[in-house]
Amino acid sequence: MKAIKYTGIVIFLIGLSIFTGSIFTGSFSLTSDELDRFIKEKNYKSEIIKDALNKAIVTAEDLTIFEFSSRVRNAYKASNDHYDALIIKYDSEKNWDKKGQQYQYKIYGKPHTISFELAKIAGKGSIKENAGLVWWLTFGLGIIGALLFILPNYKLLGNAGIKNNGIYLESSTNRGFFAWLVLIYLVSFYLVLYFMPDYIVNWTFIFDPISQYLNGGPASQWFVYGFLYCTLMLVMATRMYIKYRHNKYQILRTTSVLFFQIVFAFLIPEIMTSLNMPGYDFKNAFPLDYDFFFEWNLESLKESGAIGLFILVWGIVLTLVIVPVMVYFFGKRWYCSWVCGCGGLAETLGDPYRQHSNKSMNAWKLERWIIHFVLLFSLAMTAVTLYCYFTGTQSFLGINSQWIKDTYSFLIGAWFAGVIGTGFYPIFGNRVWCRFGCPLAAYLGLVQRFKSRFRITTNGGQCISCGNCSTYCEQGIDVRAYAQKGENIVRSSCVGCGICSAVCPRGVLKLENGPENGRINPTDVLLGNDIDLMKFVNDK
Amino acid sequence: MEHIVIIGNGISGVTAARHIRKNSDKEITIVSSETDEFFSRTALMYVYMGHLKFEHTQPYESWFWKKNRINLKKGYVSKVHSNSNEIEFTDGEKLSYDTLIIATGSKPNKFGWPGQDLNGVMGMYHKQDLEALEKYAPDNKTCKRAVVVGGGLIGIELVEMLHSRNIPVTFLVREQSFWNGVLPKAESEMINKEIIKNHIDLRLGVNLKEIKSDALGNVQSIVIAETGEEIECNVVGLTAGVSPNVDFLKDSELEIGRGVKVNRFLETNQPNIYAIGDCAEQHEAIGSRRSIEAVWYTGRMMGETVAQTICGNKIEYKPGHWFNSAKFIDIEYQTYGWVWAQTKENEARFYWEHKDGTKCIHLNYDKSTREFIGINNFGIRMRHDFFDRVLTEKRSVDYVLEHLADANFDPEFYKLYESEIVAKFNQENNTNIQLKKKSWARIFSRA
Repeated sequence: MKAIKYTGIVIFLIGLSIFTGSIFTGSFSLTSDELDRFIKEKNYKSEIIKDALNKAIVTAEDLTIFEFSSRVRNAYKASNDHYDALIIKYDSEKNWDKKGQQYQYKIYGKPHTISFELAKIAGKGSIKENAGLVWWLTFGLGIIGALLFILPNYKLLGNAGIKNNGIYLESSTNRGFFAWLVLIYLVSFYLVLYFMPDYIVNWTFIFDPISQYLNGGPASQWFVYGFLYCTLMLVMATRMYIKYRHNKYQILRTTSVLFFQIVFAFLIPEIMTSLNMPGYDFKNAFPLDYDFFFEWNLESLKESGAIGLFILVWGIVLTLVIVPVMVYFFGKRWYCSWVCGCGGLAETLGDPYRQHSNKSMNAWKLERWIIHFVLLFSLAMTAVTLYCYFTGTQSFLGINSQWIKDTYSFLIGAWFAGVIGTGFYPIFGNRVWCRFGCPLAAYLGLVQRFKSRFRITTNGGQCISCGNCSTYCEQGIDVRAYAQKGENIVRSSCVGCGICSAVCPRGVLKLENGPENGRINPTDVLLGNDIDLMKFVNDK
Repeated sequence: MEHIVIIGNGISGVTAARHIRKNSDKEITIVSSETDEFFSRTALMYVYMGHLKFEHTQPYESWFWKKNRINLKKGYVSKVHSNSNEIEFTDGEKLSYDTLIIATGSKPNKFGWPGQDLNGVMGMYHKQDLEALEKYAPDNKTCKRAVVVGGGLIGIELVEMLHSRNIPVTFLVREQSFWNGVLPKAESEMINKEIIKNHIDLRLGVNLKEIKSDALGNVQSIVIAETGEEIECNVVGLTAGVSPNVDFLKDSELEIGRGVKVNRFLETNQPNIYAIGDCAEQHEAIGSRRSIEAVWYTGRMMGETVAQTICGNKIEYKPGHWFNSAKFIDIEYQTYGWVWAQTKENEARFYWEHKDGTKCIHLNYDKSTREFIGINNFGIRMRHDFFDRVLTEKRSVDYVLEHLADANFDPEFYKLYESEIVAKFNQENNTNIQLKKKSWARIFSRA
């Protein structure tokens, strides 16, 4: 069994190495025809970009993606610098007409993104030619290796039951060397994914055939990410199924997040795209779906006829009606740990790290400041965006619409949700984003705290303060602080994962939806003591 | 200001301190030699198993003590001078008190076995035992086999701990079946099976004769009294029960039996000195309880009670209905009310066991009045609140069975066995009890 496990990890690492190494392969160059077509499509007015790109990347040399990217970005920079210099020149000459004319020649957009688009055309090499084989060597080996590593747990963990044995004795799950290694890999992955997509253009070649099949177009970095996301969840879900095979709540919950990720977040949008509809994730509620009210999305929905209108109405109803009503009946868990994609990854890939959330009082204070700030930020951004959309202005109350959208997308959308949210799993736990950053979680949390039937019931006086519940709470709730006082746990951040209840050795905790009356039950003296004393103290 | 000194920072002492602080402004000092701060003793096992780090067993952050003005003092108390209202530490330092609470807990029993002080012999009680275990049994290369002596709750926990690191374990149990002084035969046998299912070498009905040493004073083997069999091992866990940790009071004015003798107000024979928790011994046992109760919950309740008395609301220690819980490897156990190992004259029993052998319930009720007396539930969680109310209201066993759905505390979506249980009861007793649907109104009504 152990041998199978070790073989598995070796195979997995080979797959991962090939996947990572594939970035460095292939060669990139354009023919002048291809470049002409690209420039025509883009409708550039700049008179020098064509020449600059021509010199840079229409070449017989074998450029790596890094050389290619750097040349492309330099070409764009040269073009923009040229016109910037003219702007300054005309500005100093006070030649306003000439100055004003220069702006049309400038090329906007992120350099790495433009480079990605060109690389997509320019790429050649074994990956592009053997996409299927490379898929097997990367994803195939990765999946097989990971499963070989995970499946023996069925025997190795022993009989069904809570087997957190050794979690704090192993480097990978106790913030040791391997944990940091994983952190570095994940953070690098997200940095490249969000900010340097051209560097991973080779990965998209692996997926071009699959993407063609699903949506009729070539794969973008987001297609790769979506596929990878589903794969990771699927593989790590088998780990959950084995670990919690005695716990039906965990089995159903894991199945639910898997279903919503694969069908709602991945397949349906892809299929919609292939049918010329806007690809929409029907479960992704605003304000987690922060660009729902961005102009480009509203325009795209408007142009999509009936389905566009339906999505618009659905999106609004989802946030304003469905989400709060469901939270009232079931708590925010129905979304955060049964439906949500971020939650889904946290509950599968992130489960081995759930114990790292900080339980201190200070962390709780910080959490409340940050998450509610993000909620306000997202609402302010949306207000500005909508105001500008309907009035046709550039800014509202002095806030530039483009600026606030860019700032939010960069700080919250990319850095917080991605780089920190997932990248920091191995050290800060699997719910950093959900706990500190997600504006939707903040909104659901307010409903859960003040108007909901959900609570974690504490079973009278049975708590022995052992600390398993608090330790394994991914949201950093000090569950024990309530349980040992005989109080129910009613906290805005609780995502209802049910692990506190699962790891409790004395059967003290139960997630349930019951009457609001008595949901919050402060007690001074616990059940089990003299009834008169309880009455005396608790009534006081 | 009145100075309350509490010896012992376990659940009893800390609960007392917390409640005294809630109700008063008195100066509070907690003294302990074991650790700087309170930790959950019952959670030590999880530290060795790698489920937790030691810091996770500490329910309060360090700021808590300062914020609540509870002084923590590390030191070993060697004497109590009740005449001068002082305690004395081993280094000779003295601390005066106005009110003293003795909450020193228990210590593991040792019965004078030859070799009981060798290297590698340990109890499983103190934080220091955990450190010793980490030293002598870090893995199955250093410790090729361990022997655990004593078939109680701590014994099976130690077995589970060692098993979690794949160390082969031999488990010597004096009784003919595990913990059968407390558990009825059926439950006890279920746990025997659970132990064996985990590949533990379970030896029932045997006693330890001696522990043999190698040349360096380390454990080399043990000998079983009944068979003379010698078992090679590197670690011996002695978990044959605990007794009150009161040796340091032997020369004091305090009346000592097995523990510190207290009345129902938890007062000792000396003015302004109280004793609570494992180390306190009631002059007369309360109800069906033992006069010394080494249980987490009773320690806590005594802490709650004594705090009231000290803060001017003099109250008798009156524990409510008995309850307890434990976990036997993978099988959770809860009990509410009394289910004795042996059925008493007036009692009738009903036992249901799931066919997989890891879940059961055992009901105890009065033969003639049908009043519910108690329940043991294994592998199924039950609501404390429900049974507490049933016992207070003196409900019948029929009522309990009818409302079994209200009592269930298993996580959502778990398979429910109530109808199977009720059907079996009806069949055996020729009754016609109808299971009622779960009702939130009943569950949460504050009776």
